[in-house]
This record gives sequence, structure tokens and C-alpha cells, in this order.
Amino acid sequence: MRELTYVEATLEALDSAMARDPSIFVVGEGIGERGGNFNTTVGLYDKYGPERLCDTPISERGFVGMCAGAAMTGTRPVVDFMFLDFILDAFGELVNQIAKMQYMSSGRLKMPILLRGAIGIGHSAATHHSGSYYPIFAHIPGFRVVVPAIPSDAKGLFATALQSDDPVLFLEHKSLLFNRGDVPEGDYAIPFGQARMAREGSDCTVVAIGSMVDKSVAVCDKLAEDGISAEVIDPRTIAPLDMATILESVSKTGRLLIVDETFQPCGVGAEIAAQVIDEGFDDLDAPIRRLNGAHVPTPYSPPLELAIVPETNDIEQSIRNLLAE
Amino acid sequence: MAQSEQLLSLYRQMLIIRYTEEQLARSHQMGLIHGACHTYVGEEAIATGVCAHLRPDDAVFSTHRGHGHALAKGVSPREVVAELFGRATGCSQGRGGSMHLFKPEVGMMGTSGIVGPCILQATGAGYSFKLLKTDQVGVAFFGDGAVNNGAFHEGLNLASIWKLPTLFVCENNMYATEVPFAYSAGNPHVGNRGPAYGMESLTVDGNDVLAVYEAAEEAVRRARGGEGPTLIECRTYRTRAHAEGMRDGGYRTPEEVEEWKARDPITRYNEWLLKNEEAGTETLAEIEAEVKEMVADAEEFARNSPWPEADTVSEHVFNQG
Repeated sequence: MRELTYVEATLEALDSAMARDPSIFVVGEGIGERGGNFNTTVGLYDKYGPERLCDTPISERGFVGMCAGAAMTGTRPVVDFMFLDFILDAFGELVNQIAKMQYMSSGRLKMPILLRGAIGIGHSAATHHSGSYYPIFAHIPGFRVVVPAIPSDAKGLFATALQSDDPVLFLEHKSLLFNRGDVPEGDYAIPFGQARMAREGSDCTVVAIGSMVDKSVAVCDKLAEDGISAEVIDPRTIAPLDMATILESVSKTGRLLIVDETFQPCGVGAEIAAQVIDEGFDDLDAPIRRLNGAHVPTPYSPPLELAIVPETNDIEQSIRNLLAE
Repeated sequence: MAQSEQLLSLYRQMLIIRYTEEQLARSHQMGLIHGACHTYVGEEAIATGVCAHLRPDDAVFSTHRGHGHALAKGVSPREVVAELFGRATGCSQGRGGSMHLFKPEVGMMGTSGIVGPCILQATGAGYSFKLLKTDQVGVAFFGDGAVNNGAFHEGLNLASIWKLPTLFVCENNMYATEVPFAYSAGNPHVGNRGPAYGMESLTVDGNDVLAVYEAAEEAVRRARGGEGPTLIECRTYRTRAHAEGMRDGGYRTPEEVEEWKARDPITRYNEWLLKNEEAGTETLAEIEAEVKEMVADAEEFARNSPWPEADTVSEHVFNQG
């Protein structure tokens, strides 16, 4: 199978969908001729022109609200935020309008809008270019929240997002964008709400999100040399969340660690832990543990930045501690 | 200039709004309306004059004071009153109430409890229509309060740079709730702000239905013809409180209210029709009686309508196919 980068994989899905569906258009800063700050739209401007690859002013609330109106009137907007942090200027449009429109209209309006942006900590991007924020969106009824970890998933989930009539947040960790991986040719779609078994094991379950998936798999491969058999589950979508796969794994292993770069309080790990306690309490042989990035704004200086992100040695130690409980 | 039949249609439409609003005010006092109720009394000429030029496939985006827009866009009084009564037969099937009136089938794309977003959404409808190469238009109705909101600046700029088929209709009733526009805006005019965005703009007497009608006719013609957006400031006044049940004093004088009541758009238009012999008193009385009957029927329909089933409460959070 041929290899593509994560970004090339989503670009392939976007190009294919735009060729089929003339109602799809992309807005964002520098996504036209420039092809996107992260190469998310390279080559599309020449194919589809300025109305479908629409460069915007720095006007996030404006173009997000505008795309809400477009999605209500027969087109399918893709909002490319570059850095997801910029979405916060449009938070009211997202929560009060986009997430609620189908409900308020009793399902007579659809909201086919795809909102994508780069998330995560790295490269001294500092605190206005390092946010993830997906737990906030997963908290709100009405959003689909997608956090792919590998190129083939990025392509298949992007294709699903482009067919969805619900608003989708498609969040791409910056450290993954130029990772290469096997990606099938042709069109395919991966349904939302189906986790991926990233590594099978029997001693403990590790639920890892986004950039933490490959790191966790690498750690578990190393731990196998010591006879430790850890299972790694990549939920792929935070909303909907595939709890069935997680519960099934915990029923097998009895131990659960959730590894997530973003904040712990009121986070995805807290939600998963609560649901496992509700539905799988008797399967647990140890307390559920969480490993998260520090609950602080993202600092700039490299040693400070490194200190807030879960690294492979943190993941390894957390798994060893969990197995010792 | 509108034809005779159209002239009477404008009169009838303003009455539908006025009588429905007066019915809603009475129903609110009787406890039949469960949430807020912001009436459009005094401002009827604006929705009427603009929507007279719109087709069902044109898209209207409105505000918290949106009953008049819904009615003028073709939502029936039955569906509006039933929605405010919280009934399953309401235009939003009881999920919305006064501030979330939806009927996309006739291009009523929602009233809103948040000031500003309608400006952006009408811009987006304009983007859709341009991309799909139709001659539909998007229309935002909003108050003077929204003019001080960032959505006004961003929406007008986006509509201007892409020459979108959008109308921005500002209903300047002089107060954002109870805060005077004269206090809250460094520039007390709205109709002269178009040039700041490279856009056509004008100010009209919002209590003169024919003035609004003519301004909107030209703006809709330009939008359908690919000539871009227009900002229309309509100077008007709401003669009831901000919301039913609220006190209505301290921020404006009784004299000011009376002065504007004397400029009531319906009375003025009635007098104009008679003076210009476009209609006789008998014809106008027939219209009044017919509309009164329609509104009484709407109230009865709403009162006798079923409540929504509680077990449907989680439906439509997501698309159900």
C-alpha cells in the first residue's frame, strides 16, 4: 500500500468530495492560492476556483456565522481555522447557533458544516497556538468531535465528516500532520463512534487520544519485552464516544488508564472513567487512572513546554503503577 | 409604485401583525405564553414593506423581536401563536417559542435570542445563493442594538467584499432594550455607514410602509441582479414595552411614546389609502374584520392544540435522516 502524510490523506478526501459535490466550499485564511498554512488545500484552488476556495479576512466570528447561514441554505461549508485556537472568537456562533439549529427547527434545517483546525502542544507555539479544547465541544449537544491519530483514519473520518448533516469538529494534532502511514486508495468512509484497536493486550487497557495514540503504542511495544501485555484503544471520535469497545476491553483487562494531552478537569478521561464506573464497576481490579497534560496555559520556553505534555516515560510509569495496584 | 391590489395587501399584512401581536399581549397577561414575548407593535411597516418583495425561497433571518418577520414571510398566525403557547402545532413544534420561530419551508430561517448572528447568517445565505448561481436573496432584520455588535462589522464587510445578494435591514427603534442608541453609538446614524464597507446604504422612514417598500424593491433588484448587498436603516419606534410584562418607564418619556403613536404606520397608511382613493372605508373595514377573524381563529387553534409529547424531547439534536 502507498504511504501518505496525515494532511495528504485528508486532502485526498476533500478533493474527491469537492469533485463530486459542487455545494462544498472551503473558507479560511490563506486556504486559496496559498494552499493552507498546513497544506490542507494544496492544489484545490486551481481546480475549483476562488468561490469554492474562499480566502477570508481575519474575521472568525464573521465567517463561522456566515457558514452557519450557508449550511442552512443548501451548501456545505468547510471552515479551515489553521490553528484551532482561533475558533474561540466564534464560540457563540458555534454553541448558540450551529449546535442548536437542527433542534430549534425541529429537524427541518440541517447543519452540514465541517470545522477543522490544528490542535496540540509543540514547537514552542505558545498559548495562543496550542489549544485542543475538544472536551468543551463534546460537552455541547449537537456536535460531532473527531480526533484522528493516523493518516488512514484521517482520510476515512474526513470523508464521513463531508457526508454528515451535523456540525463536525475535525481536530488534527500538529505533531501528526506530517506523519506518514499506509492509506488505501479510492474513497472510503469510517463511521463516527467506532474506536480503533491500536494494539491488543490483556493486562491493562490504555485509552489514548490523538497524539497520545502512537506514543502509547510505542510504550506498550517496549513493555511487551518485560512480559506486559497492554491494550491500546484509539476512540477516534470523542462525540460520539465508543464506550462499548472500551467497556469490553476493561472487562478483559480489569485495569484502565486514559492518556490525553489536554486538561484533566472535566475532561474526556473523567467522562470515560465515570461511564466505566457506571457500567463496568465489577470488572475493575484497580482504580481508574488518568494521565493528562498539566492544567496550565501552554508556556513558550522548550523546557517548560516539555514539562506539561505526557511523554513516553510518563506513559510507561503510569502503566507500571497501574499494574502494581 | 405598488399596484392597487398590492397596496391593499400591504395594509392587510400590517394588520395581521398588529392584531396578532395584540392577541399575544392579551394571551401573555392570561398566562398562556410561557416565556418572553417581544412585540413588534409600531414597527409593522418594515417587515411588511421588505417581505412584499420576497419569494418563499428567499431566506429571512431575524431577531428576538421577530413575530412580524415570521408573519410577513408567510408563517401563519396559527403557527406563530401556537408556538408561543408551547404547542406541538407551533412552527417550531414547541422547541423554540417567541425567540426561535422557524419555518424554512417559506424561507423563515429563524428568529434568535442572541443579538447579531442573523446578520452573519443572512450573509451566509447570500454566499450559498451566489455559489449555487440562483437569484435568491438573504435578508437580515436587526435592531439598532446589533449595530454596535461585532457581527454587524464582520457581516457587512464579508457581504461587501464578495458582493453577496443580501439585505441588511436595520430597524432603528432608538433603544437597545432601554439603552438609547444616541448614548451607545458614536455615530448616531446607521444609514450612512454603507460607504465604510463599500456598500450602498440609505435611511428611510420606517413608519411609512411605501417608503420601506420602495427602498426594499431597489435593494432586492440589485441583489438579484448580482449588484451586491444594501444596508437600509428604517427609523421606527416600538410603542409597547421591550417585553410584555416589563415596566416601561424611566428611560423614555410618555410624551415621546405619544408622539410616535401619532406616527403609527397603520393609521398613517389607512389615511393615505383613503386620501388617495386607493380604497374606501368599506373595503378597509372588510379587511380589518377578516384579519380579526383570522387572529381569533389562530388563538382558538393554539389554545386547543396538543402539547408536545415529552418523550420526543431528545429528537432532532442530530440529523435523523
